[in-house]
Amino acid sequence: MPNKKDDVYGDHISHKFNDELMELKTQFLKMGGMVETQVERAVQALVDGDSHLAEEVRANDKKVDKMEVDLDEEATLIIARRQPTARDLRLVISVIKMVADLERVGDEAKKIAKMAIKLVEEGQAPRGYVEIRHIGNHVLTMLHDALDAFARLDSEQALRIMKEDKRVDEEYQAAARTLLTFMMEDTRNISRCMSVMWVLRALERVGDHACNIAENVIFMVKGEDVRHTPMEEAERVVGR
Amino acid sequence: MNTLNTTVTSEADVPEEKAIPVQDERPAETVIEEGKTVGTPFADDPKFKLRNVEVFYGEDRAIKNISLDIARNEVIAFIGPSGCGKSTFLRCLNRMNDSIDICRVKGSLQLDEQDIYDSKRDVVELRARVGMVFQKPNPFPKSIYDNVAYGPRIHGLANRKSDLDDIVENSLRKAGLWNEVKDRLDATATGMSGGQQQRLCIARAIAVSPEVVLMDEPCSALDPIATAKVEELIAELSESYTIVIVTHSMQQAARVSHRTAYFHLGHLVEVNETDKVFTSPEHELTESYITGRFG
Repeated sequence: MPNKKDDVYGDHISHKFNDELMELKTQFLKMGGMVETQVERAVQALVDGDSHLAEEVRANDKKVDKMEVDLDEEATLIIARRQPTARDLRLVISVIKMVADLERVGDEAKKIAKMAIKLVEEGQAPRGYVEIRHIGNHVLTMLHDALDAFARLDSEQALRIMKEDKRVDEEYQAAARTLLTFMMEDTRNISRCMSVMWVLRALERVGDHACNIAENVIFMVKGEDVRHTPMEEAERVVGR
Repeated sequence: MNTLNTTVTSEADVPEEKAIPVQDERPAETVIEEGKTVGTPFADDPKFKLRNVEVFYGEDRAIKNISLDIARNEVIAFIGPSGCGKSTFLRCLNRMNDSIDICRVKGSLQLDEQDIYDSKRDVVELRARVGMVFQKPNPFPKSIYDNVAYGPRIHGLANRKSDLDDIVENSLRKAGLWNEVKDRLDATATGMSGGQQQRLCIARAIAVSPEVVLMDEPCSALDPIATAKVEELIAELSESYTIVIVTHSMQQAARVSHRTAYFHLGHLVEVNETDKVFTSPEHELTESYITGRFG
């Protein structure tokens, strides 16, 4: 159980309100953990050519979707009952937005699992799997760190994730160029390389969603919206 | 106090080391420095210029060195826990505290650069310029018409009956009450509903063409529909008047005011744009109050 006394959302006069906010936070982290595992296993299924695991990932996406609906409902009820303000309001609003990000990450995992099955069925020599493993690890770390930053209300860590997203974009571009070379070498590679490209694209999107979560964490902690602002602005807000 | 032992139990099997320390980034300002108000307490060309105001009830210092400007045509809300001094401070603005023998007011309080507490000041004229609406609707036990006409009569604002009729009609229209009462102006005011009585009191306050309307918890005795009507009225009145409202309803402050002032134990802790106060207040005490962390 979360230690209510020590949490910044746990010191209201109304204990029920404390419980509601803590539950929202806990459930969000639970959904985050589920989604992390989904991506991890989807990548695993792909590089191992394990279509059984890929099927499991596809099936589990329903659980992620259910959590999205449940969390949205819980957040709606808190607004209706409590009319939260200030940091409580920022928590509830951020959770509503971040839940949508997590659900999209879940969809990307499902997409990767689908590609894994397709690639197993086509059964050709692997191409671009090094890149998938590399970018996969990178965005998984970002997602994990973003959820950590949320749990600890750590805006500095959130800022680091925002910066990390640029590197993922660069890695994605480089991987795309490599795959393009394979395709030019031998046109029989095209279909397979395109599938791998889709997977890389999905992973790159996971990085974007981790970045969105990080932006929301900064909003929760600092009360300023750093979306669609230059990196220097986010640095200024976090440095305050 | 900084550990969050969030052990996440899920099918996703998040490992135990997720129990991570909370980095507490709350502003450290829980201490009140006397005379220091965070945010934007001052305005250019203010209607009220209030400096180093102190109010004593006998030996008790109820207001502690407060400085604040109230801008023209702004709606400013005073919020804070019971006994924080917000009503006392409000009542200084038209010298309603004069009637309390043991009450002394110190500091500089100016309305349009004229000293409110000047010994030569005509208090009746002051209160005509700075009207007031109270928590409990308090119509005179007279007809609806006479309630509104009372002020203009004693202040000699109308020479003819038709002028007075116009003032009564206009005031009732502004208070959003005309259509409900136009056919029964001679009926006694005490027979109206609570919400109607309160709007009648607002009509009575604005009948003497004040520049400022002070409202001391004007909706606390009203039902949600009457409250909504009064709030609607406040928005309309702000086009021509300066409005200072004391309220215990934070949602009401958030809805009707431009700026919000947070009082705590006789100090003015924070004054900021209302939108800022309710989304990311500057002072820890303001945050604690509006989020329901203490009463």
